Amino acid sequence: MKKLSARRRHPLAALVVLLFALAATGGLYTAFAPAGEAKAEKQESSKSLAIEEGKKLYATGCSSCHGTGGQGTSDGPSLVGVGAAAVDFQVGTGRMPAQQPGAQVPRKKNIYSQDEINQLAAYVASLGSGPSQPTKEMYDPSGADVARGGELFRTNCSQCHNFTGEGGALTHGKFAPDLGDVDEKHIYEAMQTGPQNMPSFTDGALPEKDKRDIVAYVKEVNSDKSESPGGFKLGGFGPVSEGMFAWIFGLGAMIAVAVWVAARTAKAKKS
Amino acid sequence: MSSETGPNENVSDENLPREQDKAHGEVAGKNDPFADPGLPPHEHRIQDIDERAAKRSERTVALLFTVSMLATIGFIASFVAFPIDKIIYVWPLGHVSALNLALGLTLGVALFCIGAGAVHWARTLMSDEEMVDERHPIAAEPAVREKVISDFKQGAKESALGRRKLIRNTMFGAVALVPLSGVVLLRDLGPLPEDKLRHTAWKKGKLLVNENTNQPLRPEDISVGSLTFARPEGLDHEDEDFQTEIAKAALMLVRLEPDDIKDKRELDWSHEGIVAFSKICTHVGCPVSLYEQQTHHVLCPCHQSTFDLSDGARVLFGPAGHPLPQLNISVNKDGYLEAQGDFEEPVGPAFWERG
Amino acid sequence: MSTATEAHGSAAAEGKKKAPAGERVADWADGRLGIYSLAKANMRKIFPDHWSFMLGEVALYSFIIIILTGVYLTLFFHPSMNEVEYHGAYTPMHGVRMSEAYASTLDISFDVRGGLLVRQIHHWAALIFLAAMFVHMMRVFFTGAFRKPREVNWVFGFLLFALGMFTGFTGYSLPDDLLSGTGVRFMEGAILSVPIVGTYLSMFLFGGEFPGDDFVARFYSIHILLLPGIMLGLLVAHLILVFYHKHTQFAGPGRKNTNVVGMPLLPVYMAKAGGFFFLVFGVIAAIAALFSINPIWVLGPYRPDQVSTNAQPDWYMGFSEGLVRVMPGWEINAWGHTLVLGVFIPVMIIFPLVLVTIALYPFIEAWVTGDKREHHIADRPRNAPTRTAFGAAWISWYFVCLVGGGNDLWATHFHLSINAITWFVRVAFFVLPVLVFIITRRVCLGLQRKDREKVLHGRETGTIKRLPHGEFVEIHEPLSQEQLHTLTAHDQYQPVEIGPRTDENGVERKISRGQKLRARLSKGYYGESGQIPKPTREEYREIESSHGHH
Repeated sequence: MKKLSARRRHPLAALVVLLFALAATGGLYTAFAPAGEAKAEKQESSKSLAIEEGKKLYATGCSSCHGTGGQGTSDGPSLVGVGAAAVDFQVGTGRMPAQQPGAQVPRKKNIYSQDEINQLAAYVASLGSGPSQPTKEMYDPSGADVARGGELFRTNCSQCHNFTGEGGALTHGKFAPDLGDVDEKHIYEAMQTGPQNMPSFTDGALPEKDKRDIVAYVKEVNSDKSESPGGFKLGGFGPVSEGMFAWIFGLGAMIAVAVWVAARTAKAKKS
Repeated sequence: MSSETGPNENVSDENLPREQDKAHGEVAGKNDPFADPGLPPHEHRIQDIDERAAKRSERTVALLFTVSMLATIGFIASFVAFPIDKIIYVWPLGHVSALNLALGLTLGVALFCIGAGAVHWARTLMSDEEMVDERHPIAAEPAVREKVISDFKQGAKESALGRRKLIRNTMFGAVALVPLSGVVLLRDLGPLPEDKLRHTAWKKGKLLVNENTNQPLRPEDISVGSLTFARPEGLDHEDEDFQTEIAKAALMLVRLEPDDIKDKRELDWSHEGIVAFSKICTHVGCPVSLYEQQTHHVLCPCHQSTFDLSDGARVLFGPAGHPLPQLNISVNKDGYLEAQGDFEEPVGPAFWERG
Repeated sequence: MSTATEAHGSAAAEGKKKAPAGERVADWADGRLGIYSLAKANMRKIFPDHWSFMLGEVALYSFIIIILTGVYLTLFFHPSMNEVEYHGAYTPMHGVRMSEAYASTLDISFDVRGGLLVRQIHHWAALIFLAAMFVHMMRVFFTGAFRKPREVNWVFGFLLFALGMFTGFTGYSLPDDLLSGTGVRFMEGAILSVPIVGTYLSMFLFGGEFPGDDFVARFYSIHILLLPGIMLGLLVAHLILVFYHKHTQFAGPGRKNTNVVGMPLLPVYMAKAGGFFFLVFGVIAAIAALFSINPIWVLGPYRPDQVSTNAQPDWYMGFSEGLVRVMPGWEINAWGHTLVLGVFIPVMIIFPLVLVTIALYPFIEAWVTGDKREHHIADRPRNAPTRTAFGAAWISWYFVCLVGGGNDLWATHFHLSINAITWFVRVAFFVLPVLVFIITRRVCLGLQRKDREKVLHGRETGTIKRLPHGEFVEIHEPLSQEQLHTLTAHDQYQPVEIGPRTDENGVERKISRGQKLRARLSKGYYGESGQIPKPTREEYREIESSHGHH
């Protein structure tokens, strides 16, 4: 840079700048203008294609519970207006299609590819408007305010999910799941859509930026890379696991040592 | 046994076993199969008869003490060497503080080895011949007892406490009264309750401020199935009494389909299905807020009191004794949610004067 | 008197020329403190060896560790509830408003080198201290070591346990974090439930409405001065009595009610007990190095409108938590007043009741047996079936409440309904102790029968012999004199008799209700269903001689 700024008064400098500007403008035009138009067209057609594909996937995987048109049946709620984010969360975390009825549909291995999920989401979104899938900037934790995320987490989330998102019990066998290895996008979508018994946190009550801070906080305290300066965190469930550890291993070690201290030393064998 | 204090007053003591002392005291008699054979003869340990084994034990003890010394040096070295914020990954512990781990382990080893050395020394090299101490009855001999009792009586008589009743009574009175000064001094530990527990920071016209955004809430911010927390307008985190006020004023807002609301008063106090309940549990005051949006139940994480938000927050389960208080809300002319007044009943745990 | 002192002094002066320095120092001290008379009785005092006799030592040493680390922590902790904005070493808390107490605890964890380790040693030692006291208390209970002359020491020990619970509670509340603050809030709710004076007590404790600005400072002086001061006094008294009574021992050859057999304090016990202190400290330090406890930095500062699930107290308060969780929400409103039974009954009535039940047991048993002799031989639990069954029932009672206190974690880990667990605990609270009582007593009686068989017929060798006429028999090996003595050394009471209802003149005797109850209890304890009569010498001889005639 220093070199450049030193030569900015060179007689040829203006020419060089002009050339650069021309090249850039032309390049930018060829790169964007026609492609933009074509992209929009392509997007439109790919969108309707996706809806078509999604409809097929829906018919095989979802319609038995949610009805052929997503209107809902006694076995599953209506999907009109739940939005693409809800589909991406439910199918992406393997909760849908559900295996068996129970207090709550648990997370399991996801059997759809992301493309298929997007197609399903496009189809369900076409049934009625709802929250759309978040973009990466919306949930990317880098650069978010972790401290504020912590405060928001303790106000809105920890009552069910525990201080560090280890999960907790709800009534009659329902539970708030562990957030340990949940994808950032899915955490965001859960807040957006309120899956199952979880309440939703709409943008009006919890703006986009706040959600991102919360995602960042969860990733700070509950991921493979989370720091636990004090040592092994015993599940992060607080005093219950600490107490059990103190009894079983703490006192157990003390008793083992006491047995050794109190035991008599082996006698010499009588010859 | 000499400490026997004579027969039991009311009931015969025939139930007491007779042989406690006899059997133990006897030397193994030929005709008593259960007699105490006495202490078995002392047997030697290997270390007692084999000097090489004893040397081995000595070296083990010395080694343990040496390890302890090294560990203490390690402790000091760790203290100097590891920066306090250094995090290392140790399987299976996770990402832990290097300093904490190093200091704790070296300290643990340094202490444990001193203990292990001392115990090993005691077990292998100090005499392990069992010794016998006789016990002596704890109760004093009758003569001593007599002496003490008569001394006491003499002293009591000389004090004339029994005879001069006026002295006795006034002294008891004085000694009984003087601690009252101490009790009175405790008076300023805190104010009197008065009606403090009956009021919160909510008043008619106070806007509902979103706890997340610090902005006043509008009805459209709250959709069906969502959960929002609010505090009264004018109460800020920087306020001197923020903690005390929020402990009573914290509010939980949900929106229900108006048709789902079973309780008439709840419907009257709602706005387009938006209902506002105290976030403070009526059991012992934890912030209830485990809202299940499909069942409209809200659970307290502390003791599992469960309230039905679609039915006047009545108690469905758990140790809470009465419903969560509801705040009457509506919308002001600018379209913001506002309180219609304070809670009509005290929020939080019940108390004697609650009524 | 003065001549005696002079004579003593001159003797010491004479000794000055020859005695080594150590002895001269001891002489100096003896002339002023009388240490020789003290040492005469205690220096070679005998302590019996058994691992279960060392549980109390674990408690003692953890207490010392807690005091040492606690003093260190006071150097850095600020017991103040002034609000500050945090800008210390822990970045995920930057800019968060918190009390000075919480901020200084963060500083201890992240800015003071070794502070985190000391905090963790302090907390782990506290958990182990209470657990060790609990187990020690149970050892004393099940071996009957609480009997005369040790009843007072039992009460001292019990008080240490109860005070330890509250010292722990006030201690973990000091950092003013979200978890402990929730516990303090619970305590406030419990205080409010006290009829008539509840609100006054609450206002006085918190200096106004909850949480106010005072409770950390007040808990601080209670935690570091008042309670540990009382505990230290009780502890010293407890230890003096242990020395004075001399330790109990198990029955065995040469071990009588009138003696104590074991190793002398100097040197064996000093080395073992002193060494054990370092072992306990070493183990706790290693635990604190490897295992995190109460990571307050992820709990966040206390705010009365925030909470987290898994809101539980430390384990020793867990049974009260369980009681509160399973209690139905009874509330009586009458004449403008509220009786908060749903909180008052579990916290203010059953919680102390559970503790007092076990504390009073020694006095109940002493009343039932009417035994006023000293007991220095520890019982084997099986030889006191009713006491053992009572103790086991009490433990089951205590632990079922602990399960109730962690009902949310049982629910999530075993995929159960939290409501079902609560109902289970509600039922088990009444049923389980009864079941455990019956089962334990039967097990004890079975073991007594087994001992009786062993004494009379010898030990089963597992060797099968075929007799000439084809019958298979197992060879029983007769017990040694030592074993015979050990298995028959225990006392067996007979049930107390009320005696005839009328005296010799035909006049009806007055029998009080207490006496009747006592007779009934005594029958339950020592009647036919309460114990198996131990083999008598006659029975033994009879079987012996019949064997001889074979």
